[in-house]
Amino acid sequence: MKKFAHKHLLGLEGMTREEIEFVLDTAVTFKEVLERPIKKVPTLRGLTIVNLFYEPSTRTRISFELAQKRLSADTVNFSSSGSSVKKGETLRDTVRNLEAMKIDMVVVRHASSGVPYFLTRCLESSIINAGDGAHEHPTQGLLDIYTIREKYGKVEGLRVVIVGDVKHSRVARSNIWGLKAMGASVSVCAPSTLLPAEIEKMGVEVFTDLNKALWGADVVNVLRLQLERQERGFLPTLREYSRLFGITRERLTLLNKNYTIMHPGPINRGVEITPEVADSPESVILAQVTNGVAVRMAVLYLLSGQQEEAVA
Amino acid sequence: MQKETLILDERQLGRVLARISHEIAERNAGAKNLVVVGIQTRGAHLARRLAQLLSELEGLKVPVGEMDITFYRDDIETRPDRPIVKKTNLPFSIDDKIIILVDDVLFTGRTVRAALDELVDFGRPKAVQLAVLVDRGHRELPIRADYVGKNIPTSLSQEVVVRVKETDRQDSVALRDKKRAKK
Repeated sequence: MKKFAHKHLLGLEGMTREEIEFVLDTAVTFKEVLERPIKKVPTLRGLTIVNLFYEPSTRTRISFELAQKRLSADTVNFSSSGSSVKKGETLRDTVRNLEAMKIDMVVVRHASSGVPYFLTRCLESSIINAGDGAHEHPTQGLLDIYTIREKYGKVEGLRVVIVGDVKHSRVARSNIWGLKAMGASVSVCAPSTLLPAEIEKMGVEVFTDLNKALWGADVVNVLRLQLERQERGFLPTLREYSRLFGITRERLTLLNKNYTIMHPGPINRGVEITPEVADSPESVILAQVTNGVAVRMAVLYLLSGQQEEAVA
Repeated sequence: MQKETLILDERQLGRVLARISHEIAERNAGAKNLVVVGIQTRGAHLARRLAQLLSELEGLKVPVGEMDITFYRDDIETRPDRPIVKKTNLPFSIDDKIIILVDDVLFTGRTVRAALDELVDFGRPKAVQLAVLVDRGHRELPIRADYVGKNIPTSLSQEVVVRVKETDRQDSVALRDKKRAKK
C-alpha cells in the first residue's frame, strides 16, 4: 500500500515518485471538494496552524490560508512587519513563544535558506516550507507538477523548460527535483549571470540561448525576474533581458504542438512574458492558482497526524 | 489463508438485494423522488446494483451517487495512515429527495454519522434512509438501519468480510477471526 509518512515538508529533494503521486492523487479529491456547494470539510478541526511569513506574499499566503480554512483548521497569520521582530526578537524566540500557545503546524516563508529546517530543530510542530531563500518552494513545485499532470495525464517523458532567473529561484529548484523524480526531462535557460554554479549537477540541460531551449519543448515554466534581487548588476538592462529571454508569441512556434505556458506569479508583464502569451489559451497560470489550494489541502491533510519523521 | 465461515453466497446475496429493493419501493410507494448514495468502496457498488434493481422494478431511472467519507471521520488525528481518498460524486441535487444511503457493514455507526454530516453539506434532503448488507451490532452511536440484508451477531474479535464482483471477483459475505496485530 502506498504511504506518505512525513511530518514536515521542507523540499521536494529526495521525494520519490510514489510520494509525489500520493500527494497529487489526494489533491484530486480535494479539488472536487472545492467544487461543492459547501467548499469545506471538517477534517482538520481542532488543529491550529500558524502562517509565519517573513517575506511578502499574496498567492502563497492566501492559498495556504484558504486551504486551512477549507479543512476547518484554526489559523493565525504572522507577518514580520508590525511584530516583535522589529523589537529585536530572534526567530527562535518568536517561534518558541508561538508554540507555547499550543500550535500544531507552522507554514513558514523566510528570505534565508534553511529556516524551515532550523524550525524542525527547535519546535515539536509540523513544518511546511512556503519558500526559503533560493532553496525550495515545495508546494509550488507540487502544484506545477499537478497542473502539468492534469493537462497531459502524465509527467513522464515530457520536456519542461524553466526560463529566467534560475539563480534566485526556489521555484526552479523545487520544480527540478520534483519533475526529475516524476520522469520528465528538464532544462533551464537564463543569462549566464542568472544561472547558479553547477546547476547541471541537478541533472538538467542548460541553455543560454532561448530559441535553442524552446525547440521541441512541451512545457515552458517562466520564472519571475526577481527585480528586488537584481541590485548587483546581473543584467545590463531590463529591455535587453526582455528581448533575449522574454516569452513572446513568435517564439512559441518553436514548441511542440499542445504546448503549455506556466508562471508561478506575480507576473512582470512585458518583461519575462508578454501579456498576449500570459493571457493565451495555452497559459495555465490561473489553473496553477486554483490547483494550489487543492495541493496545499492535500499536504496539510497528509502531514497532520504524523507523529514523527519516518526514518528514511 | 484464514478460515472463514460463509454467511451469504452469490445467489443469497442477490436475493437479499432484491428483497431490499422491494422493501424500499414498498415503504416509499414507488421510487419517485428517490436517489441512492453508496459509501465508498463496496457500499458504492451495492448502491449501483440497488439503483438498477429499483429502476427495473419501477420502470424509471433512479439516480445513483457515491461518497467517500474520509474527510468527515472523527478519528483522523489518531490514524497516522492516510489511505487514498476515493471519489465523491453526487451528480444531482439532493434537496427534497429521499436518499437511500447504502453501506456494506453497519458496525459502530461512526461511518454513517460521517456520511450524514457530509450529506447535509450537499443540501437538505427530505429524508435519509439507511440500507446495509450486514448489521453486525456493537453500535457506539444512536444509529439504526432501515433496511438490513442480514443480521449477524459477532464478537469484537471477528470481522465481516464482504466481497463484491466489481472489486473482489465474487459476491459473498463471510465471517472470520481478526488477524493478530500486524507487525
